Formats: sequence, C-alpha cells, structure tokens
Amino acid sequence: MPTVTLLSALPRAQELSTLLPGRLPTTLGAQEIVPATTFVPGPFLLAPLLIALPLLGALVLLLAGRRSDRWGAWFGVLMSAGAFVVALVVFFSMLGLPADERVVDHRLFDWIAVGGLDVGVGLRLDPLSMTFVLLVTFVGTLIHVYAVAYMEHDPDKRRFFAYLNLFVAAMLLLVLADSYLVLFVGWEGVGLASYLLIGFWNHERANAVAAKKAFIMNRVGDLGLIVALMLMFAGFGAVDFATVFADAPEVGAGLLTATGLALLVAACGKSAQFPLQAWLGDAMAGPTPVSALIHAATMVTAGVYLVVRSAPIYEGSPTAQLVVVVVGAVTLLFGAIVGCAKDDIKKVLAASTMSQIGYMMLAAGLGPIGYAFAIFHLVTHGFFKAGMFLGAGSVMHGMEDGVDMRRFGALSRYMKVTWVTFGLGWLAILGIPPFSGFWSKDKIIEAAFVPVDGQEWRAWVFGGVALLGAGITAFYMSRLFFMTFHGRARWNDGSGNPTGTSPTDGPVRHPHESPALMTAPMIVLAVGSAALGGLLAFGNVFVDWLSPVTGHAEHAEPVLPVWSLITATLVLVLLGVLLAWRQFAVAPVPIVPPRGSVLTRAARQDLYQDQVNEAVLMRPGQYLTRFLVYGDRQMVDGGWMGLAGLVGATGEKLRGMQNGFVRSYAATMLAGLIVIVAVVLAVTTGTGS
Amino acid sequence: MTASGGEAVLFWVLAPLMVLAALGLLFARKAVHAAICVVFVMISLAILYIAQEAAFLGVVQIVVYTGAVMMLFLFVLMLVGVDASDSLVETIRGQRFVGILLGLGLGAVLVGVIAQATFPPSVGLTVANAETNPVALARILFADYVFALEVVGILLVTAAIAALVLTHRRRLVPRVGQRQVSDAKVAALAEGGLLTPLPAPGVYAQNNAMDTPALDPQGRPIEHSVSRILRIRGQERSAGAILAQERAVLVEHEPELATRRFPELSAASDEEAAADLSGGSTAPAPEPGAFATDTTARSTGSTTEPPGPPGPTVGPTSEPVKES
Amino acid sequence: MELTNYLVLAAVLFTIGATTVLLRRNAIIVFMGIELMLNATNLTFVTFARMHGDLHGQVIAFFVMVVAAAEVVVGLAIIVAIFRTRRSASVDDVNLLKN
Repeated sequence: MPTVTLLSALPRAQELSTLLPGRLPTTLGAQEIVPATTFVPGPFLLAPLLIALPLLGALVLLLAGRRSDRWGAWFGVLMSAGAFVVALVVFFSMLGLPADERVVDHRLFDWIAVGGLDVGVGLRLDPLSMTFVLLVTFVGTLIHVYAVAYMEHDPDKRRFFAYLNLFVAAMLLLVLADSYLVLFVGWEGVGLASYLLIGFWNHERANAVAAKKAFIMNRVGDLGLIVALMLMFAGFGAVDFATVFADAPEVGAGLLTATGLALLVAACGKSAQFPLQAWLGDAMAGPTPVSALIHAATMVTAGVYLVVRSAPIYEGSPTAQLVVVVVGAVTLLFGAIVGCAKDDIKKVLAASTMSQIGYMMLAAGLGPIGYAFAIFHLVTHGFFKAGMFLGAGSVMHGMEDGVDMRRFGALSRYMKVTWVTFGLGWLAILGIPPFSGFWSKDKIIEAAFVPVDGQEWRAWVFGGVALLGAGITAFYMSRLFFMTFHGRARWNDGSGNPTGTSPTDGPVRHPHESPALMTAPMIVLAVGSAALGGLLAFGNVFVDWLSPVTGHAEHAEPVLPVWSLITATLVLVLLGVLLAWRQFAVAPVPIVPPRGSVLTRAARQDLYQDQVNEAVLMRPGQYLTRFLVYGDRQMVDGGWMGLAGLVGATGEKLRGMQNGFVRSYAATMLAGLIVIVAVVLAVTTGTGS
Repeated sequence: MTASGGEAVLFWVLAPLMVLAALGLLFARKAVHAAICVVFVMISLAILYIAQEAAFLGVVQIVVYTGAVMMLFLFVLMLVGVDASDSLVETIRGQRFVGILLGLGLGAVLVGVIAQATFPPSVGLTVANAETNPVALARILFADYVFALEVVGILLVTAAIAALVLTHRRRLVPRVGQRQVSDAKVAALAEGGLLTPLPAPGVYAQNNAMDTPALDPQGRPIEHSVSRILRIRGQERSAGAILAQERAVLVEHEPELATRRFPELSAASDEEAAADLSGGSTAPAPEPGAFATDTTARSTGSTTEPPGPPGPTVGPTSEPVKES
Repeated sequence: MELTNYLVLAAVLFTIGATTVLLRRNAIIVFMGIELMLNATNLTFVTFARMHGDLHGQVIAFFVMVVAAAEVVVGLAIIVAIFRTRRSASVDDVNLLKN
C-alpha cells in the first residue's frame, strides 16, 4: 500500500528532467496551498496519542518519584517509541490520501471562547507537521535509547527521562498545533524542557546560569510571538491557521510585515539566530543527549517551522522576507566564524548548528522556492547533526567527559564505530555527494542565487554568502574531525613515553568504544545521514510531499548556471578540507591554544556576543530598573508620602486652633455668625430688599 | 404707629442706663457687681415690656427672670465665693483684641441689618389686647401651642431633676449618727472633753448676752459658753461684773428686792464692783478642778444638799461661799 | 419715636452679651452674658409683636423665658459641680479638649 502511494506521488513523464539533481522543480500547474479540511479520517483520530503518550510518560515519571527509578528510563523510551509507532500509522494513512486531502484540521475541544476570539485546541495534520512528527519521534526515540546508556551512572536518570518525554510532548504539540495559540503552548513547553534539561546538573552553578540564560533569551523571542498573536487577533480576529492563512491576502501589507517580523523575533529566539544566538553555546552545559535532541535536531528547528508554516504571511510581505534572509545569512557566517576557533567539541557543533539553521532561514526567506529545501535541509541536518552529537558524546564517554579537542587526537584507532558514524555525518554536513547534505544544502545555494523580484543583487549577495559559508563549514568541521580522530594522540596514555606519541602530563586516558546501546542509535543515524538525502531527493519526492503546504514554486533560473554552482561549492569544500587536513591532521596541534589573529581571538569569544549583549542590553536594563526603583521610591512614593506629610503638617497646624479654651471657640462661632449675617445682608441689599 | 411722647421719654431715659449697666456686666471686677448690673437691666427690660403693651411678659420677667433666675445666680455666687474676682489680665493671646473686634463687628452688622430693613407700618397691640394681654396670650398658648407648653413643662421638671443629679454628692465617709457621736464624746472624756453639749450662753445666768458666760449649777461661770472668738478678742464679760451691775441697779431702784436677791449686799463690795465695772476683768477664778471634776462636784454637791431647782431665785451665793 | 429704636437697643444688648462671653473668664459672668443675649432677643420679639399686631411674638418670648430658666438651672448646677471638684470657676480651666 505505501509503495503504491509513493509511486503515485511521482511526477509524470514530462517532468523526468527534474529527476536530475540541480534542477529546481517546475510547476504542476498554478496550485495554491491546499486549504485545510475538517474531515478526519479514521487513523488520524490516533493523533492526540502522539502528544498524550510522552506527556503521560513525563507525568508518571515525575509523580512516581524514586519508586520508578529502576524502570523509569525504559518507560520513557517506551513512551517515545509508542509515539513513533502512532506517527508511522498516521503517516501511512496520510500517504493513502490524495494530495489535496492531506491537510486536515482536527479540532479536539473548545478552549477559549471569549468575545470575538474562539480558540479551540486542535491538531493540524498535514505533510509539514507529519515530517516534523516523524523526525522528532524517530530521532527522539533513538536518543532515548542512547541516553539509557549515557546516563547509566547518573542517580537522577529517571528525572532526565521525564524531562525528555516532556520535551517530546511539547515539541509534538508545537508542530501539530492548528492555531498559533496552541503552538505557543508547545513553544513555551519546549522552552521549559530546554531549561530543565540544560540545567539538569544544577549543582554546578555554571549549568544553572546557562539554563537561565537560555530561558531568558528564549523569553525575549517569545515576546515576539506574543506580539504576533496580538497583531493577528487585531488584524484577523482569529489566531488559528485556517482563518489567518485564508485572510492573509486581504490584509494590508503593513500588518503582514509587522506580524512577520514579530514571528521572526520568536524564531530567532528559539533557533538561536542572530541577534538572539548567545545562549546556544552555553546550552552545551547540558548532558550530550540533550544537546543532540534539543539543540541540534528539534527545538532549534522550531523557528524554521514557524517561518515556513507562516508562509502566507511572509508571502504578503517582501520586506519581512528580506529580513529573514538577512538574518539567516548573518547567522550563517557568524556560526561559521565562531566554529573555526572553538576548542570545545560540543561548542563547535553548536556553532555549526547555528550556522546550518542560518541556511534554513535563508532558504525559508526566499519564498516558495526555498521552503521545501529549508525543510529538507532541516530533516537531513537533524540526522547528521544528532549523529555527530551522539558521536561527540561517545568520544566524551571514552575520554572521561573531556571536551577539549586539543586533548584528543588519533581516536580513530580506539573508537572505530564512533569514527565511522561521525565520519559519515561529517561528509554529509560538508555536502559531499552522494551524502544527504549535498542534496539539501546545494539546493539552498541554488535557490539563493535566484534573483527574487528581479533584484539581481540579492542573488549575488546571498548566494555568495551561502557559498562562502559552505567553504567555511567544510573547514571547521574538518578541523573538528581531524583534531579528534586523526593526527597524533595529545592525551596521556600512561605509557610514560616522553618522546612518543603521547604527552606525559595530564590525566591518563583509556579511550574505548561505547556500549551497544550508544553505538546502535549512532549507526542508525549515520545510515540516515548517508542515504536519506538521496532517497528523498529522488524524483523530488520530498518537495512534492510538502507541496500541499508550501505550494508549488515557479521555475526560476539562478544567475549562474547550476552546474557551475555545484562545481564551485565542491571546490570550496575540498579546499576547506585540505586546509584543515594540513593544519590539523598533518601538522602537530598545539595543546595550549596559540594566540591567534584578531579574528581568532574574537571568534573564541563568540565574536564578543556576550559583551555586546551585556553592554547593549543588560547593563542599560539594570540601570533602567535601578532608575525606575529610585524614581518609584522618590517620586511616586515620595509624592504620596509627601502628600501624606503635607496633610499631617496641615493637620498639626490646624490642631493648634484647638486650644481647649471655650472662649476661643465662642469667638470662632461669633465670627461665623457675623459672616452669615453679613452675607444675608449683602444678598438682600443686592437683590433689593 | 409711633410711640407716644411719654414712651419716648421712658425709652430715652432707660436705654442709655441699660447700656451702661450692660457695660457694667462686661467690665465689673467683682462678680456680685456684675450680677447687680444684670438685675438692673432685667428690671428695665420689664418696664420696657410693659411699655410695649406686653404686660404679662413684663410681670413674668420680673418674677421669673429677676426674681428667680438672678437670685439663683447670686446663690451660686455665694457658693462659689463672693470674694472671687477676675483679674483683668487676659490669658489667651489676642483674645481681647479678637473679642472687641468681633463685638464691634457684630454690632455693626446687626445695626446694619436693622437699618436697611424696611418695616411695615406698626399696628400696635390694642386690637390684640382687646381682652387684656394675659387673656389673649392664654388663648394662643393653650389653643395653638398647648403641646409645646406641655413639653416645656416637662423640660422644667427635667431641669430640676438635673440640678439635683448634678449637684448630688456621693457620701465618701460613713454617716456619723447619734450613736457614733455619743460614743466619740464618751471616748473623748479622758482627754478633757465635755459630755454634755455646751450650754447656750446665758443659761443659769442673769442675762443671755453672748459675751456673758453661763453659770453652772454651782454658780461658777462656764468659760466655754462664750464664743471662742470673743474670748480671744477679750470681749467676754465677767459674770461678777454683770452681777455687780445688776446689784447696783436693784439697789438703786428696788432696794428690798436687791437685799432679798443679794444677801451679801450687806457687805459693801461696791469697790469690787466698781473695779470690775471698769473693764473686762476676769471672772473669779473657779476652784481648781471645779470643771475637771464637774460630775464629782455635782455629785458631792448632791450629797451635801440637792441643788435647788433652777429659778431666778437660786442663789449662787450660798454654795460657793460655803464650799470655799 | 420709631419702634426700630427698640431693635437697635436689643442689638446693642446682644452685642454686649456676646462680648462678655468672649472676654470674661468667670463662668458665672459668662453665663450672665448669655442671659443678657436671651433677654435682648426677647425684646426684639416683643417689639415685632407690637409692630405686626400679632401676639405670637410674645408667645415666643414667653417660651424663651421658660427655657432660659431651665437652662440656667442646669448650667449653674454644672458650674457648682465643677467648682466643687476644681475649686475654680474660670472657664479657661476647662480646657481638656486642648489639641
């Protein structure tokens, strides 16, 4: 059954030319985005289970407490796997539907019905959300399994799985929501889970601080989402996807631009894009499975999901689209530069994540030609980045949780499986054909070189940036790979050999391969990194799969011929690899980091992102609050206290009149009497007696 | 109607006097003087009422206001202290200035009101008083305002009770009754107190002047019967001097009565009488212990011979002469 | 002679009575000042009764007299009671309401 439907999704004969890589899809007719139906086919009714199962897992594990310590980990894995099974069921039943019936809004229950706002809790089941669901549940389950082994010796293992399940539930709610408000609930949920997981080992102060930083920066982004919700309510009168997307073409461009920018702020916060990117590096303080799942494959991609989902809004606002592209391009380079100088393996991978999501944002901002590729790259990235993170975790496991790459080296001999799986991920991210990164990233570079609205400068600028980014990515990822697995061993193997391959200072290490529970997920992900891209690109299967949601793009030619772009990319990539090879595999790598150039030093400091944030935002913010407190105390409180004091002083003065002497009171009374009589006199003489 | 000429004279005589008297109230130093001034004002007012054909009211003014209210004032002045006089130094700062200012202001305002008011032509009360003023008043009071009258009656009763209640003094010490007084006197005998009440001056004496000591049954003068003040002032007269004086008168006018009365007249004690007549020489000193042992003296007196019934002929001569 | 002369006389007496209340310290003299004021109003009423030929003015004056009598009784009783405890008849001493 699934095979038949897959084949039926293949294009007809005349579009066989599109099978060749390097050709952007042509239109199958001017087909707009498919509107949602509310008819819910049978298997789709299982969809709420997708969220319910992990949520149940989280609740059970949190409430059962220590009692569930023994079976907690596997219970978490079971819930995640159960969600994956349900996802498969729904996916296959969706494949059985024709393309224009695949977008389903399944309303579960009423939530807010106030005045003009009617928000119900419901799920939108369409190709885009199902893609994400499959990605989250599949990679999530693999990482759950990995974590069983990774967190073996941690006494708080059960709590870890509770939080992981909570994360999966929230992420699924986010991608399955049928309205922005329900999406926001999931959005907040993943932020919470991220905070809990980054600060999992919160007995270390640095971890708690990193968690707080992540949460606060996320919150800044959330403000954007809230503003967008308000704008939507003001402009559309509703916040659910169906109404907003249907009414988007009729609303003014100003509102769409504002909404688009607000949504972009939210996406930047969640996906660690410039200017809200400072938290991602610090988030590596969490356990490696967390970094793999949340900060590589899923949560940080929520921003891209939001932008792609809001396509109708961005379609109505070229300004917002341009801003999205700029943000993506800037972050792309930012992450790449920072990644070149870091010595912490996880931080390099974090910078790489930031950079790759920049690619996705760039693609998403290009309009219909880019949406599908953004998601495509998102999926492939999810596989190879998660795989590389798990590999890094494996390396750390073997090196007693050390993360400094300057203390690694020549590990390929000791950790074969890790080396191979990591290597496949490395090749994928480089974009070497036929690995998956090639299919997705190259399409993005092509799309970047397409002039939008006839503006050629955009093609050159952004295309050039994407191309350059590819080269730098190759360099620093190869640097990472070579420093870790090749070259000389820069760690003490205890042999006491002063002139040998290992230094004699530093702690003694015994690198070894990780247990099966850890290597199995890595292998699966490596297979995905290698093959998934090609599979999905074959016959534009993936692009067509997403078309009910992203619409079909018009055929567009990039300013440079496609073959030249591919060649240029490959040349740059190989150049980067070569440079890295020479510098880090052949030449000895100093254990003490050399001073480096200005750029290197800046990159080591994350291009001074923390200093900038503190100077521009934190300190003024602190001054502002201090000033406001002062002002509140002096002016507001002082005003009130002053008023009270004034009243009191007046009362004191008036109190002096009460001297207790009857005769004074009599005098006052007499004075009053005189006044009254005089007034009467005046009135009567005035009005003529 | 304008007042008659006689009334005008009355008014212009009384009005300045009344104002002066009122100012006397304001400026008098002693409270009693102020009260007298007020009495004058009230009586003048009564006269004016009568002149204004309000005869009933004029009489009531005198009877109630002057006769009762002002007398009440004077009683209370007595209670509070007749001598109490206000010093004219003002204690509240600025009160004098304020008081004068306000007084003048009030006067000006009131007079101004009167001056600028237009009055209807006066009617006079001859018609209203056709059945004499009291009868006319009674008709109004007991017909239209009888309820108010009753209420005012209750008010008066209440005021009287209020006065009782307000001035009621709680007994702070136990009531001293007759029993307690006699017990106290008996207890005080040891310190030289008297059991019997003091005789009024003049008992057993030939005259009842206050400065003449009384004589006890034995004919001795009792010191304590003369007021202490007179004794201190030395205005007490001696009994002997009185007797001598009496003797002299009797001798002059009724010799047989004198000899019967004063058997010792045979002994010419005129020089003693003359000497005694000159000044307040002390009475013949009583025998020592005469008063201290009064009871015993009486009892001894009674053993020897019963004391004669007190009468004008009881001679004080025999016993003292005998017992000396 | 106009009847308004009586009114003026009454006004003057009233003023003097009021000034007495303000300026004298002896409670009894103050009270007498009040009595003077009441009498002045009585005179005014009687004059008006005569002016309007209506005895109601005299009725009011009568009631005023009665009530003034009652008031004097109670007032003097109070003064006596105060004097007993304070040994002073000055109104300035009754200043517990000070401040």
